[in-house]
Amino acid sequence: MSQVLELSNKHALSVERLTMAFPHGDRLLLALQGATLEVKRGELVCVVGASGSGKSTLLNILAGLDRPTAGRAHVHGRVALMFQEAALLPWLTAAGNVELALELRGVRASQRRTLAYELLNRVHLAGSEKRRPHELSGGMKQRVALARALAQDADVLLMDEPFAALDAITRDLLHEELVRIWNESGLTILFVTHNAREAVRLGDRVLVFTSRPGRVAQEIRVDLPRPRSLDSPELAVIAGRITDRLKHEMTPNGD
Amino acid sequence: MATEIATGFALPEISEAASPPRSAPALRVWRNVWPKAAAVGLALAAWQVVVWSGWKPDYVLPGPAAVLGRLAEDLRHADFYVGVAITLRRALIGYAIAVAIGSAVGILVARVSLLRKAVGSAILGLQSMPSIAWFPLAILLFQLSEGAITFVVILGAAPAIAAGLLSGVDHVQPLLVRVGQVMGAKGLGLYRHVILPAAFPSFVGGLKQGWAFAWRSLMAGELLVIVNHQASLGQQLQFARDLADAEQLIALMIVIFAIGVAIDSVFGTLDRGIRQRWGLGGEV
Repeated sequence: MSQVLELSNKHALSVERLTMAFPHGDRLLLALQGATLEVKRGELVCVVGASGSGKSTLLNILAGLDRPTAGRAHVHGRVALMFQEAALLPWLTAAGNVELALELRGVRASQRRTLAYELLNRVHLAGSEKRRPHELSGGMKQRVALARALAQDADVLLMDEPFAALDAITRDLLHEELVRIWNESGLTILFVTHNAREAVRLGDRVLVFTSRPGRVAQEIRVDLPRPRSLDSPELAVIAGRITDRLKHEMTPNGD
Repeated sequence: MATEIATGFALPEISEAASPPRSAPALRVWRNVWPKAAAVGLALAAWQVVVWSGWKPDYVLPGPAAVLGRLAEDLRHADFYVGVAITLRRALIGYAIAVAIGSAVGILVARVSLLRKAVGSAILGLQSMPSIAWFPLAILLFQLSEGAITFVVILGAAPAIAAGLLSGVDHVQPLLVRVGQVMGAKGLGLYRHVILPAAFPSFVGGLKQGWAFAWRSLMAGELLVIVNHQASLGQQLQFARDLADAEQLIALMIVIFAIGVAIDSVFGTLDRGIRQRWGLGGEV
């Protein structure tokens, strides 16, 4: 019993030989094959891979949206998931979107408004609480989505290329905020991206995925001090190594 | 958008591009009204030209002046308002029941895939069934009574309402459903918080179409099913024909048209409001 507790205290999520196959025409398409990884409590880990490396599939399985074909994926505690699109409910205001997450978590009605405003304040959206999603810029929408994910009070936050569609400056700002919130909250974050620099900027560790089927090809520990700048040469060197590896992955074998 | 920048950099405040000067309210009303007024004027003029051409004698096709005079006279009589009240009461009762039945059937069919396979296409098919074809059966079932009219009004409107809801549920973005699931909504909760609100604009479209069908079915019913001591609009129309009173007949048609336009504009306003709130564009 104590051993199990110790294990679950250390690891926030564990994935063991995970395989996922989708029917594709009359054949099966392998999105993941034997993917194994572990993320420690409070760690920020980035998964980087080309498209088709099953990164999104991995997150969907961890979030409980899909069932794997084989293997195990386990999250210790509650899980929240952010998508590439903010996917805000368009009929609710910014605060309304956050309040819905609070309601579904079981927060009492009398506390929801205050909590939602606090969370929006944390992502620097004070003053925009009553705006509707179509009145917000792409970056602001993702901030609301982040506040909504935080409202779920999850132990593990899964992020599926959440900043990929944003312009470079907005993305840079959101990187800073994500790291700040991660520092304050002690959340465990698994961040999926196809951008090697983004991965090195954010992660304690970067897991490079192989392409179709996806599994961990290489693990890189990033020991650069925080805060990190996207333009620092050290970061560029590590990112360059990852990009080389990704290119290697994308070249068909035998050619 | 200013927030986005303000968090990182101290940039000078950039003011929004100056919006064009707003015109006075009276001018705006005039801009909206004059095209409609001009259309009515053109229609009356065309009508008058046909009358002047002598294509039909005056007692069959009277001119606008005679008809509008007759309409003004009708508007001074209590009988007219009793007729309008009877017709509107029938419309509202039939429509309300149709909304209840159409919504319930729509949700059930959307939820239960077996039901959907069984009756999904039948609902769409029912929409194209001319409601007047139901009357012989309705009269056999309910005789010449209010019941027969209500029955057909419901059958006319309910399929459109169910179909609107069904298509709304079908076209909910899968991503929104996933978001709901990630937040922990399941089963009915997922419907209440995500699927039904997302389907609402399409549902209102169905309500609007359902109203148009209900109104048509009601008029057909009032012409065919004459209930004693109920001088509804449709019945007055039939009497006007029986008495070859062309002025009264056309005056009543104008009233029926005006009621249809008025209620349609209520739905139009509702529809625009929702589309604006949902951010679907169409802001006019």
